[in-house]
Amino acid sequence: MSALGDWAIPSVIFLILLAGWLRGINVFDCFLEGAREGIGTAFDILPSLVALILSIGIFRASGALDLLTAAAAPLARLLLIPGEVVPLALLRPISGSGALVIFQDLLTRFGPDSMIGRIASVMEGSTETTFYTIAVYYGAASIRRTRHTLPAALFADLTGFLMSALTVRWLFYS
Amino acid sequence: MMTILFCGMILSGILLGGLTGRMPQVSQAAIEQSGEAVRLTLSLLGNFCLWGGMMKVAEQSGLTRAAARAFAPLTRRLFRGIDTGGAAMRAITMNLTANLLGLGNAATPLGITAMKELKKEERAHNAATDNMALFVVMNTASLQLIPTTTAMLRSAAGCEHPLDILPSVWIASAVSVVCGIVMAKLLAGRRAKR
Repeated sequence: MSALGDWAIPSVIFLILLAGWLRGINVFDCFLEGAREGIGTAFDILPSLVALILSIGIFRASGALDLLTAAAAPLARLLLIPGEVVPLALLRPISGSGALVIFQDLLTRFGPDSMIGRIASVMEGSTETTFYTIAVYYGAASIRRTRHTLPAALFADLTGFLMSALTVRWLFYS
Repeated sequence: MMTILFCGMILSGILLGGLTGRMPQVSQAAIEQSGEAVRLTLSLLGNFCLWGGMMKVAEQSGLTRAAARAFAPLTRRLFRGIDTGGAAMRAITMNLTANLLGLGNAATPLGITAMKELKKEERAHNAATDNMALFVVMNTASLQLIPTTTAMLRSAAGCEHPLDILPSVWIASAVSVVCGIVMAKLLAGRRAKR
């Protein structure tokens, strides 16, 4: 399982370099050229990262997120999502590292093979850090009007969370 | 949209922090988090160089062209009006492949390249095009087949079969990706008619 993860990156690098070498291209110079462009790309995303991380940091530090969690819990229970995983669902789209902390906490508190542990695992494994992706991609391409991106992305996240709870209940507990 | 989000989160955070007496934490977050963003960028810098270089080599050897051709039946239908052999579609294909393989660190720089190429090909200025929105939505929904980080944490927490959640993850991922695509297409279509 984690062996598969260990193999993915080296195999991709192996394939790309082998193909380049066999085709007789100047692999080293070519790599350097691409790597130099990578530096520019990394700094292109810095302004949007500062804006994003700053706003999330202030939002969390003020306790606003806890308030939101408390408000969303009854609604979530109505949708068969246990209240304990609501903080994870709320934090997952905005902060990847923050979600990881909560996920780990849920695993140690309830155990990975409990229903809550399983739902949390499926949520963590089937969604992405939505706000980060939007901020970074549009920031780097200097697009200001994101139009319908955020509503569509959040809709996808919401269905992901619902399906996490539903599939775990259905596949493990029915 | 991003302005509302940015101002909304910061203003409500400061107001609430003032009301509940958590101003010290808020103030500390404001100072620390800006530095955190720089640290994150620096830690990503090596990754961006590695995959930028790899992408260039793959481009030169024709590997990305072959991948774009292999995925064309699917990508052509999703991204309407984008040249199947063009630079934008090649970057999109590489990004989607990296996502499927779980190479999150490679997916981001490839995705940014795809966005820049899309902007060029569709001559966009300030506003996202429908194809850009669709592409970003697909990246915000997880395409990863094996959630390695999640599995690692599960087994670290003493789980004997950390991947027993795979069927659940696949169904949840697939449904959310499809819902995201459908929603993006619906919202795009509605605005185009106006």
